[in-house]
Amino acid sequence: MEIKLTVNAQLVTVEVEANLLLSALLRDRLRLTGTHVACDTSQCGACTVLVDGASAKSCTLLAAEAAGSSVVTIEGLAADGALHPMQQAFHEQHGLQCGFCTPGMVMSAVDLVAVNPDPSEAEIRAWLKGNICRCTGYQNIVKAIRAGAAALRSA
Amino acid sequence: MTHDGIGAPLRRKEDRRFLTGRGRYVHDIVRAHQLYAVFLRSPHAHAEILAVDAKAALASPGVAAVYTAADIAGKINGVPCAWGIVGRDGKPMKEPPHPPLAAGKVRHVGDPVAMVVADSLAAARNAAELVQVSYKVLPAVTAVAEAVKPGAPQLYDDVPGNLCCDWAVGDKAATDVAFAKAHHVAKLDLVNNRLVPNAMESRAALAEYEPSTGEYTLFTSTQLPHVARVLLGVLMLGIPERKFRVVAPDVGGGFGSKQVVYAEEALVTWAAGRLERPVKWVAERSEAFLSDAQGRDHVTHAELALDRDGKFLGLRVSTLANIGGYVSTFGPNIPTNLYGPLLAGAYTTPAIHCEVKVVFSNTVPTDAYRGAGRPEATFVLERLVDVAAHELGLDRVEIRRRNLIPKDAYPYQTPVMLQYDTGDHAATLAKALELSAWSSFAERRAASAARGKLRGIGLVTYIEACGLAPSRIAQQLGARGGIFESANIRVNPSGDISVITGAHSHGQGHETVFAQLVSELLGVPCANVEVIHGDTARSPFGLGTYGSRSAAVGGAAIAKAAGKIIDKGKKIASALLEASEQDIEFKNGAFTVAGTDRSKSFAEIAGAAYTPPPSYPLETLEPGLEETAFYDPVNFTYPGGCHVAEVEVDPETGVTVLVAYTAVDDIGTVLNPLLVEGQVHGGVVQGVGQALCEDCVYDPASGQLLSGSFMDYCMPRADDLPLIVSETACTPSAHNPIGVKGCGETGTIASPATVMNAVVDALAQYGVTHVDMPASPQRVWQAIQAARLRPVAE
Repeated sequence: MEIKLTVNAQLVTVEVEANLLLSALLRDRLRLTGTHVACDTSQCGACTVLVDGASAKSCTLLAAEAAGSSVVTIEGLAADGALHPMQQAFHEQHGLQCGFCTPGMVMSAVDLVAVNPDPSEAEIRAWLKGNICRCTGYQNIVKAIRAGAAALRSA
Repeated sequence: MTHDGIGAPLRRKEDRRFLTGRGRYVHDIVRAHQLYAVFLRSPHAHAEILAVDAKAALASPGVAAVYTAADIAGKINGVPCAWGIVGRDGKPMKEPPHPPLAAGKVRHVGDPVAMVVADSLAAARNAAELVQVSYKVLPAVTAVAEAVKPGAPQLYDDVPGNLCCDWAVGDKAATDVAFAKAHHVAKLDLVNNRLVPNAMESRAALAEYEPSTGEYTLFTSTQLPHVARVLLGVLMLGIPERKFRVVAPDVGGGFGSKQVVYAEEALVTWAAGRLERPVKWVAERSEAFLSDAQGRDHVTHAELALDRDGKFLGLRVSTLANIGGYVSTFGPNIPTNLYGPLLAGAYTTPAIHCEVKVVFSNTVPTDAYRGAGRPEATFVLERLVDVAAHELGLDRVEIRRRNLIPKDAYPYQTPVMLQYDTGDHAATLAKALELSAWSSFAERRAASAARGKLRGIGLVTYIEACGLAPSRIAQQLGARGGIFESANIRVNPSGDISVITGAHSHGQGHETVFAQLVSELLGVPCANVEVIHGDTARSPFGLGTYGSRSAAVGGAAIAKAAGKIIDKGKKIASALLEASEQDIEFKNGAFTVAGTDRSKSFAEIAGAAYTPPPSYPLETLEPGLEETAFYDPVNFTYPGGCHVAEVEVDPETGVTVLVAYTAVDDIGTVLNPLLVEGQVHGGVVQGVGQALCEDCVYDPASGQLLSGSFMDYCMPRADDLPLIVSETACTPSAHNPIGVKGCGETGTIASPATVMNAVVDALAQYGVTHVDMPASPQRVWQAIQAARLRPVAE
């Protein structure tokens, strides 16, 4: 079937099979490989993107379900080459190591701050239940999200 | 110049690509006309393969090939082991063949039986369903304690008792004497549970073949591309190094599981050559659970002999180590050479004897997993010290103080092979006690009790050996190759620098920290230094990254190469400045005639090397400024320190919450404190995972893996953890020129024992003296219930 959706502010018209996952559409068809797939069971959150502003696990959505929606991936976050404040905060706070969970962490954090502009440490940790990181022990990710939230508040 | 050399908390150079979705992992690489590989894996833990019929699969739409053991026989050799150990009887370990596709028999659930290659992933998956395999299912054994029993299912006809190797270290007679004069003997039986490393990026391999030149390129998620090239190319496939390029691009975590060389990598390469099309394979997570090397899995009995004052007289350890269905790349080395010699810990125990039975079972092979043998040793020793303190009525800090190696006793020769270079355990202990507010714990315990919770505190004083390794010692211990590291420093004509290292980064931040090191040594801005790694076509032969070796060995190789650059620069400067070479000093990025202001900048010397002025003595001095060094360390490095954990247990539910954690680690010179802190956090949390939730469980009857997904295998989440307090101490290592010790594994080595000592402390009022890992709610609740039912001793 043919679907139309917006990906990173660009209108996309694409022919998809009914069983094509959104993650596969992004990675394989649109070559937006920043969205990672790491668990197949919707546990790890590496594939998190924003769908109409809310974070969603793209490995658990059919591409067809995103028809008509606006999808933002990690590639769409930095505007004109400048890092998004949340990306910058992850950099400043050393909130990433191998980088594989990072896109999902950042997208999830962007959504958190949209709904809760000043999250506490406990609120951040609770929000990250759906994102697994094996490298950092989460501590600097939590610090980064607090710093990113502060930067966004003052922006 | 702003200081961005050694010790600066520089933000990482590599971050930007990862933060913008431009990382390039094997998963992301696509080649024109590529085929997709899917592996059909054994559903049985132990079975004879009676017949494999691939006809229907071959006829399935889009299928290019189906390969089974029969198709590769005589064409691909078995998966090699890179480290053969020797038993206490002087005989080599039993090393049965490890066919890339199971031949005759399958030995664990997930053992690959057939490879299907098709023009789409869906076509390959569909065809794999059509491969008919007839099995005769055999009884299976997965638990190591069962595998050694008489009558246990036998994995190999010529490996009686499933015994790969009966290994020992230490002086048995001296240890027996020590026990004979002991005032008290503390005893402990414990299990070190099996773990699944679970790097977030699953393993993947993409191979291509160029028929015009006969060259193969393999993109693979490995920690050691050069080693993989030798093992896969030379030993398995018969492809010489000059025709085989192995590239490890961005790799999404390794933790040891990617220092193993795997059958899939060889099969994909072979198929690419045979089909003359690129072939790509990406492991699904469920497949990773069934095929990535796993970790730990020990059953141990340990005894500590003490005198009247609580001084350790002797240690006796007997361990059964489960290495799974096959000998993995470094598998047998982990529970032996990287375990027994670590049992001295940070203590002056004069006599130690450790025996390890290395045992096959119908499980996924085990190999290095973060810490690799050293967390297991630390767990045995530090649990046992707590048991001894409890039995002697000694304070847990005091018993450690009485036995720690004093600062002035270094270099310290242990009774189990190792000679420690430097350390100051009393200092790290004192610092950790201070940071953790150890002395005021009683108040916090009372506050928890008021809320109906049991609070416990635990500590560990540990040591580790890392920075693998001196080649000579490693080879005496069974390594089938040298273990050193390489570095190439290429000063470009404009004075900027490319550093090509044989080490490999899969999250550690080498692109930043090695640039800092070169910046410090050559006095150039960090921004002008580019670090290149992970490609056999670009870097000199190197051993890769594992065992916390990158800084200690790879960094030392870079320092050595930088020294050669400076030496050559002095020669050039001496000609240009018309001074004797001995009078040239290199300082702050400039070559200066001592005692004068006559000077040439680093960039000027680089320029002269490539655009020689008339004064450049081309007859005696080569142009160019590029140097390669191979560095073989004189010994391991020995980080050490003290960790403290506090837990709170809900006695009604058994739920254990880690409420505080303090890590004080002496890792020698700190190259970048920000990156060190990240390594410590990550290491601690992986160990906390083992202590509180992670458990790889096989069904004993069927041999099926029960914890085969992220839904069943519980890894720590952000809300399971407190803020970790981390500090470093520094007694510089004497075993390498930059004084570093290594920081990648300290956290994982110390934290399981630290957390479990706190859990047992929380439950001490019930008379609980030991809890096995993980301290799951069920296990803790049962320990409490069992204690409540037990008659009170007094």
